[in-house]
Amino acid sequence: MKKVKADPKGVLTGSHYLDGDYAIAEGGLAAGCRFFAGYPITPSTETAERFAERIPSVGGVFIQMEDELASITALIGAAWGGKKSMTVTSGPGFSLMMENIGLACMMETPLVIANVQRGGPSTGLPTLTGQQDMMQAKWGSHGDYEIIALSPDSPQECFDLTIEAFNLSEIYRVPVFVMTDECVGHMHEKVVIPPAEEIEVVERKWYEGPKDKYLPYKLDKDGIPFMVKAGDGYRFHTTGLTHDERGYPVINAECQAETIPRLSDKITDNADKIIMLEEDQIDNAEIVVISYGITSRVSIRAVQLARKAGMKIGTLRLKTVWPFPEKRIKQLAKKIKAFVVPEINYGQVVLEVERCAAGKAGTYHVPHMGGWVHDPNDILNVIKEAAK
Amino acid sequence: MTKEDRLEAKNPSEKFLRMDRIPHIWCPGCGIGTVVTSFNEALKKSKIDLDDVVVVSGIGCTGRVAGYVKLDSFHSTHGRAIPFATGLKLANPNLNVVVFSGDGDIFGIGGNHFIHAARRNMDITVICVNNFNYAMTGGQVAATTPIGANASTAPYGNFEFSFSLPYLAEAAGATYVARWTALHLRRVTKSIQEALAKPGFSLIEVITPCVTLYARRNRLGDGLNLLKYYYDKSVIEHGADTRTLDISYQGKLVVGKFIDKEKPTFLHAMNEHMTKILGDKFVKYGE
Repeated sequence: MKKVKADPKGVLTGSHYLDGDYAIAEGGLAAGCRFFAGYPITPSTETAERFAERIPSVGGVFIQMEDELASITALIGAAWGGKKSMTVTSGPGFSLMMENIGLACMMETPLVIANVQRGGPSTGLPTLTGQQDMMQAKWGSHGDYEIIALSPDSPQECFDLTIEAFNLSEIYRVPVFVMTDECVGHMHEKVVIPPAEEIEVVERKWYEGPKDKYLPYKLDKDGIPFMVKAGDGYRFHTTGLTHDERGYPVINAECQAETIPRLSDKITDNADKIIMLEEDQIDNAEIVVISYGITSRVSIRAVQLARKAGMKIGTLRLKTVWPFPEKRIKQLAKKIKAFVVPEINYGQVVLEVERCAAGKAGTYHVPHMGGWVHDPNDILNVIKEAAK
Repeated sequence: MTKEDRLEAKNPSEKFLRMDRIPHIWCPGCGIGTVVTSFNEALKKSKIDLDDVVVVSGIGCTGRVAGYVKLDSFHSTHGRAIPFATGLKLANPNLNVVVFSGDGDIFGIGGNHFIHAARRNMDITVICVNNFNYAMTGGQVAATTPIGANASTAPYGNFEFSFSLPYLAEAAGATYVARWTALHLRRVTKSIQEALAKPGFSLIEVITPCVTLYARRNRLGDGLNLLKYYYDKSVIEHGADTRTLDISYQGKLVVGKFIDKEKPTFLHAMNEHMTKILGDKFVKYGE
């Protein structure tokens, strides 16, 4: 992995008052993203608007495509053309991107998609918040594969985690999702953008060997193949069909068995390196509140109230939702009484918590159907129930 | 030439093909291979650096072209070759990007991308092999199937109106539009050469027989018969009004170069416009 300092052209160093959507665009520019293709959709559009405004003086391309199918596919093309590329969307657009997210996984293409979630299904609540696409992010395209999903809870983290998303996408050659929500996307807060020399960005894993020896899917020691870009004289081929290390289609069970597990294993085998968690007062906790995105900020109040009432509450915030922190949840399940999982959906990430708790600790969901955040008292009531 | 020399002689297309992937999957009598040969000839005659030429295909019989040409080549998803090509071209404007795919892929599932890439005058060349049906999946009715033709999902014959590809391309803003049959080898080659050299959005439609499905279902004879039939039924009318180019079942085929005009490409327009508006603050891109 080659780390370099960020290109100062894209870095708007200073202290700013930004919303989460704008901070995502600034994070992308700081990470070296020079190609953005998108389609307007509430509540994510401000990221595209910011990029369209900023990119002409940074050097790169913004293009508003005809739909989200075109946006995601243009990103894949641009990535193979040598650029770091990103888009932003929300539920309905995310649904339209699913087939080609599979293509990006199959071709092992680094790119970043931010999803500023709103209430669904269908058109649902275009202007109001939700966290209902978390499972879709993991399972939405057909077939077996793994992706990485991060979940910022503030505009500052929208900036920081978008850079992290680009770095992870280059290391593992995989689409990375920044799964935020309408509240964080439209929340204005202080965002500190450091000087370019303090921002580390990961360079693409370029192949540097002899041209006639290049095989697009021959694995390096770390299990990730080297990449080249179109126009460099390698005359390579790649396809969404199951393929061998030459990138040639091979339509049989043997090649499928060899190729497909690797798309998942390269992420799950490196889960410890990818996963970022934020824990508080977890050591002698009886109850652990697990949350992500905006819900983690609402949970703070419920946890304060519970602690004031003398309860031993720990918190665990998922900055990385996928891959899921199985190991940590399994460890905690042996020590604590119960997990409480508030999220703005009818039960998604809680299912993973329950699976990992495996009956060793209780698992309590605090659902919210979207449109607004939880009332902290609703979370508090479930904490009390879990403690009984 | 001695017998030994003849045995040693190589197919002139070898340089342009991934010979380790031959034999190809196309049926005997299919016209796609003929169009690939014309493409190879056009590359040879154009004398452009092959390292700069990229082929993007979608899904279907013609979608397999990307897998056979010895160039940087991408076999993408159904209907999405044009946005994939758009991303490639914008990421690396030095590339000469060619979309090589079928009528179902480009004008059925991918029709929206076609009109928008033409509208933007994205600098790519689209070679569309039109065989009047979805061949890879077994001969289903397409947006190009003429009224009256039989297809597996139109077992009583097609009654839907079909697209005229050159008319659609012109209306959407394409700067180069031609139509030929697969037997017009040299003319297809020349059109591809012109399109590769043209800065702007180009469409070359090539009518080809689908021997196994469309021809068999409609009892139109073998591939060679149909190839010759299309050729014999064609009338060359360069510059013809694209409103007059509808194709009727086994009827007359108007072919030729219909549109060849100048218009700024997407990137050229972007650079000109931004320079005018932003002056020195604008970082020129890719020129």
